[in-house]
Amino acid sequence: MRQLDALAAEARTLAIGLPPLDPSEAEVARQMQICNACRYCEGFCAVFQAMTRRLEFGKADINYLANLCHNCGACLHACQYAPPHEFAVNVPQAMAKVRLQTYGEYAWPPALRGLYQRNGLTLALALAGGLALFLLLAIMMKGKLWQALPPGSFYQVFPHNLMVAMFAPIFLFALLALALGVRGFWKDVSPGDRVKDAPGAAVAEAARGALLLKYLDGGHGQGCNEADDTFTLWRRRFHHFTFYGFLLCFASTSVATLYHYVFSWSAPYALTSLPVLLGAAGGMGLLIGTTGLLWLNLGRHPLHGDAAQKPMDRGFLALLLLGSLSGLALLAWRDTSAMTLLLALHLGVVMAIFLTLPYGKFAHGIYRSAALLKWAIEKRQPSHLQLET
Amino acid sequence: MTAGKHDVLVIGGGNAALCAALTAREAGASVLLLESAPLEWRGGNSQHTRNLRCMHEAPQDVLTDAYPEEEYWQDLNKVTGGITNETLARLVIRDSAHCRDWMRRHGVHFQPSLSGTLHLSRTNAFFMGGGKALVNAYYRSAEQIGVHIRYQAPVDRLELRDGRFVAACIGAERIEARACVVASGGFESNREWMREAWGQINGEWVADNFLIRGTRFNLGVLLKFLIAAGADAIGDPTQCHSVAIDARAPLYDGGICTRVDCVSLGIVMNKHAARFYDEGEDFWPKRYAIWGRLVAQQPGQIAYSVIDAKAIGRFMPPAFPGEKAQSLSELALQLGLDQRAFVRTLEDYNSACRVGTFDHAVLDDCHTEGLSPPKTHWARAIDTPPFYAYALKPGITFTYLGVKVNEQAAVHFSGKPSSNLFAAGEIMAGNVLGQGYTAGVGMTIGTAFGRIAGAQAAAAAVLGEQRAAA
Repeated sequence: MRQLDALAAEARTLAIGLPPLDPSEAEVARQMQICNACRYCEGFCAVFQAMTRRLEFGKADINYLANLCHNCGACLHACQYAPPHEFAVNVPQAMAKVRLQTYGEYAWPPALRGLYQRNGLTLALALAGGLALFLLLAIMMKGKLWQALPPGSFYQVFPHNLMVAMFAPIFLFALLALALGVRGFWKDVSPGDRVKDAPGAAVAEAARGALLLKYLDGGHGQGCNEADDTFTLWRRRFHHFTFYGFLLCFASTSVATLYHYVFSWSAPYALTSLPVLLGAAGGMGLLIGTTGLLWLNLGRHPLHGDAAQKPMDRGFLALLLLGSLSGLALLAWRDTSAMTLLLALHLGVVMAIFLTLPYGKFAHGIYRSAALLKWAIEKRQPSHLQLET
Repeated sequence: MTAGKHDVLVIGGGNAALCAALTAREAGASVLLLESAPLEWRGGNSQHTRNLRCMHEAPQDVLTDAYPEEEYWQDLNKVTGGITNETLARLVIRDSAHCRDWMRRHGVHFQPSLSGTLHLSRTNAFFMGGGKALVNAYYRSAEQIGVHIRYQAPVDRLELRDGRFVAACIGAERIEARACVVASGGFESNREWMREAWGQINGEWVADNFLIRGTRFNLGVLLKFLIAAGADAIGDPTQCHSVAIDARAPLYDGGICTRVDCVSLGIVMNKHAARFYDEGEDFWPKRYAIWGRLVAQQPGQIAYSVIDAKAIGRFMPPAFPGEKAQSLSELALQLGLDQRAFVRTLEDYNSACRVGTFDHAVLDDCHTEGLSPPKTHWARAIDTPPFYAYALKPGITFTYLGVKVNEQAAVHFSGKPSSNLFAAGEIMAGNVLGQGYTAGVGMTIGTAFGRIAGAQAAAAAVLGEQRAAA
């Protein structure tokens, strides 16, 4: 009977030209119908406020709401309809399942969409490939991995131009793939809204939401849920360590590039130089942040999120953690015989991070920022509903 | 954990029980709380609530304007039709003016009125995340300050001596304490008791078709026990708060989302496709609570709310999608109603509509003429496809029968207050709310009397100990 209903629903949506919902999307639509009749969670986050502007939930609405959801868990623990209730409402989990599909569906080029379905394997291959590449290169260039070289002479192992030639295209490709992916997403969830026409206040609000992780505050400032219904700010803090650590590492590389090309100052830079200070701080941030997030992830309540995505989540965190560990180790032992090996390891990990940037957990930040922007635009528009007050 | 004799035993696991346990513990008593439900179903009906009706003299955080004591009292007096106790009612009202700081200290967060509930922004403080978030916060706080908690601990009887509490029993297990707070709710989920209380109407056992909006654990075991043991009862056992909810709602715990809010925008028919009451008598928030009883009195305890496309977007979206059809006779077919009777009722209604200026926000001038029963406001022809229908059944929120208490929340035996047995919440709400209802007042009664009962029980435990030592 239920199957028949589903078929009938699909036939109806096809008949009026709306894209049909797949099972994960249909589950979000089912739950949103219940939530929209309840609305107790409106104070927690934007998902429920955006929901109240709608009566029906089509594919675009569902993808938008799924990416607006930060998986904080507050609505699950507060839900009178959560399992074991027969309504089995678990919004964070239903949203998480759709999010993974969003990433895959909009991934560019389309041929690589499948990488999201087997993300553990994707990350493992990227890491193995990156490490093998740089270890081999090091041996080809220097003949061995363990040798005494002048202090910090990175470019003796890998010439600067070679590194640029390898990393720049991959980095630019990652940027392009992510940009094309989120462009497709935006066109579907926000047809007619041009980003450049967005009010400045909306852009600023979305940026604040993304940079401060507003929606990990629980709506009351005490944070989100991890193992149980207790609120904690640690996920937000560890995420800040991770994200800003990543940015500092990126800033370190950017400054070093400027030094190299604009001022012709070659590495190694002094311990008190800006690239080293930024890199060390970023590496420490990543180390603290990813360790903390992994620790929280291991203790998460079993009903939180989508268990099938843990390999992707943990794989990405582990990769970043390896990046920070290898980078810090390189800094610590750059003047020893271990430098060649450590440099190859670090570059191998960084290569794996950049290769998988558009095909892994990193994409969540891009799509979520787009959803936050849509919400910031949408909330400034009048609602077309005339619900009783 | 729970070995040894506690000062205060709290029986129940909802808002009133938790308020009692927290207050007694704060007063220094050792406290054991017995919740009959397992952890995932804890909290009784409180998990389905969403706000607290609060007195306030000036705007406060989430509350607009003012809601002074006198107005609050008049509202309560009006909805109960005078079946209330002014002393106890005013006690509750005054407590509501300052209990929220205490609630916040125990982890409850408030939020402004939800969308669709702006009419309550002056009078009601909403819990962020609703009642289950409140219940979770109280349990966390209770654990933190050392209240002992047991789940799946359904007390089946008490041991009383001359109106004094001695022990509570769970099967063969006997749990002694120096004082006790009974906050174990009403009896609305006890199907047999409901059947007996409602009896037959036109040869039908009407309660058999009721749905229970709240917990499945309000079996009224202790309510029945206390009354049989000589506790003074209060309230009418045949009365309960009931609203018309979606007929597809689950038997228990359907909560808020099973409501159907489009009654005043269309017409309502029974299973013979006949109308039976003025759908536009007054604003829906003032009328929704009479429709449970109205539907209960119809054959088969079922009714159908019918609207057309003009109503869409004007009422809170229901959890279950309505039956939808492009023509009225098709809709009748989908509902399993007699097509000719259905269409005739609608045609009669449509031709009786005198449409002026439709405005759902006021008691407008759209009404019927020459129709019985009339629809006195918001009467517009149901003529714009698609047409929608929602089947309705009576949904029971809570029962009014309870035990009589005084200002100290003490249970009475033959007019004499017990020195160490107290009651709070739904089991004694009938003292204040003899009939009727107004949003958020149940939680206000539970919070006020929970805190009173907790404090009194802690004091009684100390007295009992002193007496035992002397």
